[in-house]
Amino acid sequence: MTDQTSIAPQTVNAGDIKTAIEALKQQFPDWVQDDTRQGYSGVLVDRNHLVEVARTMRDQYGFDYLSSATAVDYLGVEDSMEMVYHAYRTSGGPALVFKAQTPREGAEIPSLIDVWPGADFQEREAYDLYGITFRGHPNLKRILLWEGFDGHPMRKDWKEPYYEEEHKPFDSRWPKGYVRRAEELNAFGKNVKYPADLDLSRLNDTSEEALYSGMGLGVDVEKLTADEKLKTDRLVVNLGPHHPSTHGVFRMIVTLNGETIESLEPVMGYLHRNHEQIGERNSWLANIPYTDRLDYISSMGNNHGYVLAVEQLLAMGNRYQAPTYRAEVIRVLMVELNRLVNHYWAIGFLLNDLGAFFTPSLYAIAEREKILDFFEAVAGSRMMCNYMRFQGVYKDLPERIRGVANLVNDQVRDFNTMDYLTELINERLPRSIDELDFFLTDSEIIKARTIGVGYLPPEMAIAYSCAGPLLRASGVPYDVRRADPYSIYPELDFDVAVRYHGDIYDRYLIRLDEMRESVRILKQILPRLERTQGEDFFAGNKSIYMPRVPLGEAYGRVENPKGELGYYVVSQGDPKGPQNPWRYHVRAPSFINLTPLGQMCKGQKVADVVAILGSIDIVLGETDR
Amino acid sequence: MSDLSMRELHDTEFPIPVEMQENLAITSLSKIYNWSRRSSMWPMLFGLACCAIEMIATAASRYDLARFGMEVMRASPRQSDLMIVSGTVTKKMVVPIVRLYNQMPEPKYVLAMGACASGGGPFKEGYHVVSGIDQYVPVDVYVPGCPPTPQALMYGLVSLQKKIDGQSLANMDDVPWYGVGPSDPVPIPILGPEIIDPRQMELIRVQAERAARGESYGVRELPAAVLEDVSKRTEAAAGAAVAVAAAPVVTDAAAEAERIGRRMEALERKRARDAKLQQGS
Repeated sequence: MTDQTSIAPQTVNAGDIKTAIEALKQQFPDWVQDDTRQGYSGVLVDRNHLVEVARTMRDQYGFDYLSSATAVDYLGVEDSMEMVYHAYRTSGGPALVFKAQTPREGAEIPSLIDVWPGADFQEREAYDLYGITFRGHPNLKRILLWEGFDGHPMRKDWKEPYYEEEHKPFDSRWPKGYVRRAEELNAFGKNVKYPADLDLSRLNDTSEEALYSGMGLGVDVEKLTADEKLKTDRLVVNLGPHHPSTHGVFRMIVTLNGETIESLEPVMGYLHRNHEQIGERNSWLANIPYTDRLDYISSMGNNHGYVLAVEQLLAMGNRYQAPTYRAEVIRVLMVELNRLVNHYWAIGFLLNDLGAFFTPSLYAIAEREKILDFFEAVAGSRMMCNYMRFQGVYKDLPERIRGVANLVNDQVRDFNTMDYLTELINERLPRSIDELDFFLTDSEIIKARTIGVGYLPPEMAIAYSCAGPLLRASGVPYDVRRADPYSIYPELDFDVAVRYHGDIYDRYLIRLDEMRESVRILKQILPRLERTQGEDFFAGNKSIYMPRVPLGEAYGRVENPKGELGYYVVSQGDPKGPQNPWRYHVRAPSFINLTPLGQMCKGQKVADVVAILGSIDIVLGETDR
Repeated sequence: MSDLSMRELHDTEFPIPVEMQENLAITSLSKIYNWSRRSSMWPMLFGLACCAIEMIATAASRYDLARFGMEVMRASPRQSDLMIVSGTVTKKMVVPIVRLYNQMPEPKYVLAMGACASGGGPFKEGYHVVSGIDQYVPVDVYVPGCPPTPQALMYGLVSLQKKIDGQSLANMDDVPWYGVGPSDPVPIPILGPEIIDPRQMELIRVQAERAARGESYGVRELPAAVLEDVSKRTEAAAGAAVAVAAAPVVTDAAAEAERIGRRMEALERKRARDAKLQQGS
């Protein structure tokens, strides 16, 4: 019952990108030039002609998928800001990187929303955090912070309330005498900083009004007098941020006509944890545990993307050693187990949203626990594994799976690791996937609720930069593991799961398909694990986890369970000084997959909103970062 | 906890014949009141971040929160007794949280789950994270961990039950909700140019006046005594560093030998324990 297309592993064709860049430079000699900075790639585009060049890239050269768009502030290096775009072809291959620079004062760049609508949220984020105005953006509002917030916090000259120093380790944490807590230096004893011109006489909270403006509150009289038999009212409904079905603290403002949705506006930022700003103060290594907390259900995948990005940077230096084969095998093992964890969770909670309250979830979570046991034994933590390192992994697999804490009162949980894994992969997981399939797939209620609901056409999925199961359920066989292979995926035999109807039901089915493919990969991993037993799991000097990172930029991306997870990292500044990322950006699939949510929900019934949201499968830690 | 155990309820001050102990209990009003409250603690169904995933895992089959009478997660604050603040509290989110807290009926309890809810956690230094929910609403139990394991959360919940067991109807400080009239709501923070806690309004005004006069603003100056102490200590540290660098390394040989001896003893004990454990398994 699965229909999948097999896509041959594509060879990474860098020459092709070069040809495209040469052709672009010939076509626009004045506007496009090479980025010649040390360690940088791609082209610089004149910001006044960005839209034309971008349209040419999309239409003539086939770069139809805008993966990431992000801003970088080069204060002190170049005194300019720039937007960095990574465009791909959905047929596969590496990225075309292009950048547009703007002075820091009055920063302005034309919006690419007409070329790639997927730039919508990403440009709003750059506006929110960097204060870059996007000319032509129809809805340029703050997205993560609230309307009225003072300043643009990711600018290099903006200091947070607990500001201590530019780089870690802070002096206060490296005691030279008196250790202070950050609160002690703040007069308010809190994480707050008020602007000097705070007007206390006019203190009102405008953040809510800003959200509802333009929503057309009240009864629409014209609609009432229309010739329809059923008279309906227009109504604005707020869902979230503490709604049980929003998978965290997501919020939607929905305009209804009767029961039908007229418009839906996502509101986010309720879990904006300044991930990127903290990441730029941290050392490169110290960011790994923070990546765990992005998509907190699949921490191994997050680790993997980040180490791949930094390894690209390290490879530009001369002391870099590529991870050993065993390290790669362990990484793929972890990431694929994590994909299963995520899809169990996603399916369980999609059913929750459909009204099958908690019973399917209980079965799914029970299987998840088995995998978490393994993670706990290997990495030391159930959820936040912090397991991967540059050039390898933190630790080899243990011989036996058990904890000293368990040993006293739980004699049952003591297994040989390989036996445990073999049993898990060959029997337990396939059986439970079949079980979910057997009980859920043919259920009348599920079919009635999901088939044809929340349709996302393939062209729209590509244009809106959707990724992962959401994209593939719309019939686009785009999987980073095949389209732009990394790690040992080229030598593994698996298919890219595709479904063609683009509705909730297909998004549910594709997760089952992907779980089966993951099990197929895991079955190939097992003999490789046996074969490499006892080999090195970390390349290079084990006493130095953190080699010096050369100057340059890198974009590492992986196929995370929720979609394409990318890390854009820039190493800049003093090559001999403190080693911190100059820019650390996360291209979060949950965030960008929400861009077409409003379009998908339009015309659907209000009860379907939570189901559509559940089928996208978001995690707020990643959405808001 | 679901079965009514008379032995558990019975107050031993009043003797009852053994054969009646299964059917009869003499107890205080406080005890039965607390017993019924703590055995049906209904948490509010809302999750904030990573910790919420572990909270769900706690409610799921392996850890089974229902054993403690706490599995009935209510989606409405009006029906819940306990707010589990499960995750990072951001400035944007603290407004709805305070509002939800105010909507909960008394008696109400708050459990701060994880490092972020307890004190800001790994994200504390950022610009958008509140350093602990206790800056806005009173917290009864803190559960450390990032995220806490389900076992840790359950331990926190059992601790809360113990806390409830210790409350007495006779003491109005313990049970303020049992008095007359509604309890005071926590003032809801305002999202202005920065989050504003209405309780700090006076302080903010004073600081704004200072700023208008051109004085240092928003920064707390350390008391003179502390500053003196700091400079003394840094000087002493610098002096010590110089002294250490200059002088040849001198150690107390006897103390060193004793330290090594203790260390060897500890190692010996550890080896013996390991061997025992291995025999046992």
